[in-house]
Amino acid sequence: MALLEIKNLHASVSGKEILRGIDLTVGAGELHAIMGPNGSGKSTLAQVLAGRDLYEVTEGQVLYEGRDLLSMPPEQRAQEGIFIAFQYPVEIPGVSNMYFLKAALNTIRKSRGLEELDAMDFLTMVKEKLALVDMDPAFLNRPVNADFSGGEKKRNEIFQMAVLEPRLAILDETDSGLDIDALKIVANGVNGLRTRDRAMIVVTHYQRLLNYVVPDCVHVLADGRIVKSGDKTLALELEQTGYIGVEEGVTA
Amino acid sequence: MSTPATSIEELANQEYKWGFVTEIEADTIPKGLSEDVIRMISAKKNEPGFMLEWRLKSYRQWLTMEEPKWSTVRYPAIDYQDIVYYSAPKTKLDQLKSLDEVDPELLRTYAKLGIPLREQELLAGVAVDAVFDSVSVATTFKGKLAEMGIIFCSFSEAVQEHPELVQKYLGSVVPHSDNFFAALNSAVFSDGSFVYIPAGVRCPMELSTYFRINAKDTGQFERTLIIADAGAYVSYLEGCTAPMRDKNQLHAAVVELVALDNAQIKYSTVQNWYPGDKEGKGGIYNFVTKRGKCLGVNSKVSWTQVETGSAITWKYPSVLLMGDNSVGEFYSVALANNYQQADTGTKMIHIGKNTRSTIVSKGISAGHGQNAYRGMVKILKGATGARNYSQCDSLLLGDKCGAHTFPYLEVKNTSSQVEHEASTSKIGEDQIFYCRQRGIPAEDAVSMIVHGFCKEVFRELPMEFAVEAQKLLGISLEGSVG
Repeated sequence: MALLEIKNLHASVSGKEILRGIDLTVGAGELHAIMGPNGSGKSTLAQVLAGRDLYEVTEGQVLYEGRDLLSMPPEQRAQEGIFIAFQYPVEIPGVSNMYFLKAALNTIRKSRGLEELDAMDFLTMVKEKLALVDMDPAFLNRPVNADFSGGEKKRNEIFQMAVLEPRLAILDETDSGLDIDALKIVANGVNGLRTRDRAMIVVTHYQRLLNYVVPDCVHVLADGRIVKSGDKTLALELEQTGYIGVEEGVTA
Repeated sequence: MSTPATSIEELANQEYKWGFVTEIEADTIPKGLSEDVIRMISAKKNEPGFMLEWRLKSYRQWLTMEEPKWSTVRYPAIDYQDIVYYSAPKTKLDQLKSLDEVDPELLRTYAKLGIPLREQELLAGVAVDAVFDSVSVATTFKGKLAEMGIIFCSFSEAVQEHPELVQKYLGSVVPHSDNFFAALNSAVFSDGSFVYIPAGVRCPMELSTYFRINAKDTGQFERTLIIADAGAYVSYLEGCTAPMRDKNQLHAAVVELVALDNAQIKYSTVQNWYPGDKEGKGGIYNFVTKRGKCLGVNSKVSWTQVETGSAITWKYPSVLLMGDNSVGEFYSVALANNYQQADTGTKMIHIGKNTRSTIVSKGISAGHGQNAYRGMVKILKGATGARNYSQCDSLLLGDKCGAHTFPYLEVKNTSSQVEHEASTSKIGEDQIFYCRQRGIPAEDAVSMIVHGFCKEVFRELPMEFAVEAQKLLGISLEGSVG
């Protein structure tokens, strides 16, 4: 059984259809890259999978571990193991990273019938994970994303993913706005979290992240549909021809 | 999708948990206010002449005054002849030898509120004075405190047992003519708490008063007077609840604090009067005058308040910084939900040299709530080296509520330093969604964000009460997000 199965997914925002029939199957251990020009629906797909209610699903089905994902509230999706690294992580002033993550992790653990981690065990665990994205422990006491640079926010998303250990991670343009050093740190973090059980969907506009994070499959999204799928060479091809070439190829 | 987009606006639909009525026989005088009523109250309390004179003087002053209209709070005119000014449970208090003689219904009421009055059941380290409608019904740990010379009793008892202290300090911080509601309180107040900490004594436990309005159509007018003699320290807490009634009830209290040389008074309030229903019907009008006087050098008065209840909260706990090097503090969390209105803040009046004050105000508005911070920092000519730091933050939940900030500043000494910071933020759907995507349900997310916003104030509260206050805030905001 596939971990995630998207069938003929249509979704609109304020009456305007953005996703116009997406079909995608992701198996455990796989890393899929979704590429496409601006406005093709990449971020909408990530938001719909996360359960953002701004988007209305008008048709189609999404199965996660064989169950209907779309009927689950966002927190349940997270508890079931879905994680989104947001393109624009939100600031939460006054709430420390440490407090926030501990609340998140313990809520998720509780929902799975696991014991909550106490402060000491939690601290030991997160310090290990911090190293993965090359962050200073002092960062734990800062409010969530408040006064973070763009790069720090993106690293924080990867750090949270490391702590919450999802089964399915969706990275929404995690590479955008990063300089080359930050990009390498984020890519190392992502690679460090690839396992046989964990699937990842990497949404990106550019090919450059895929130099460091090598995908099993690449899909090109255009105008709300997947117009082309292939292996990692497709990303390189896109780099040469641009998206217009692919779209023309499809319509021709 | 799972949740409607309107979710944030559905904040605070939790029913008020303390809204029950106690069936108890009460000694209640007829509605209305006159010199005769005041004489009757004084006579019922068997007061000495100076008290009756003071009450009458206050009443006559009140008759010449007008209800203030300058704040942003809005409410229909109050008919002062339609209020009962005295109601007491029918127990002969002066004849009580122990709590065993207190009406069991009363003990049950306080137990239901989570305030057990039997000492063995109490939180270790907290002495309680319980005020039911107009009178104090029980004060715990009195004997133990008396061994150290600490007086902790009802105001009525203080008038009988320590008239010299009452006469010396009553009205010395909030004069009978101070304002409309203070004058009214001075005329008709029926009870409250009295604390005296002798020189050099550090009060070994938290002193606490728990106020409960029960009777219908009754106003509660209590008065608290706390005196910390030279070098003394006391931490005092008050809590309040009332039944749910669809008519508004008036609560006009006065609190006076006096700190002599090197003395410290820490006064904490967790105010949870009935706020009215979701449509704004009923609830308590909480019009209160609270003021502390740092009379001595190096003295300190610190106010901490968590205001979650009342239909209208209108109070400005203030500090007169008279002694050189004295310190005034004000830490406040005020919540206005549904149709609640809060207009609260402080006045820091710097008179002595090198006086310092800190103001941290956190206003939370939800539903149709309106929250105003109104604060004054006044630095007089002689207050060389005075310093003030003010921080006023507002948090909005939903888009039908409001936050307003009115800082007033009057500086007459050029060597002083004054700093003011203000911010307004909104809990957004995107913040809540972010938390939910990390597994945290919406209600917990709101509560986490609100606690984060308030933590600078909560950490000023004594530990047990900080936990209480957090819970209370959680309950007051529960049901907000679907």
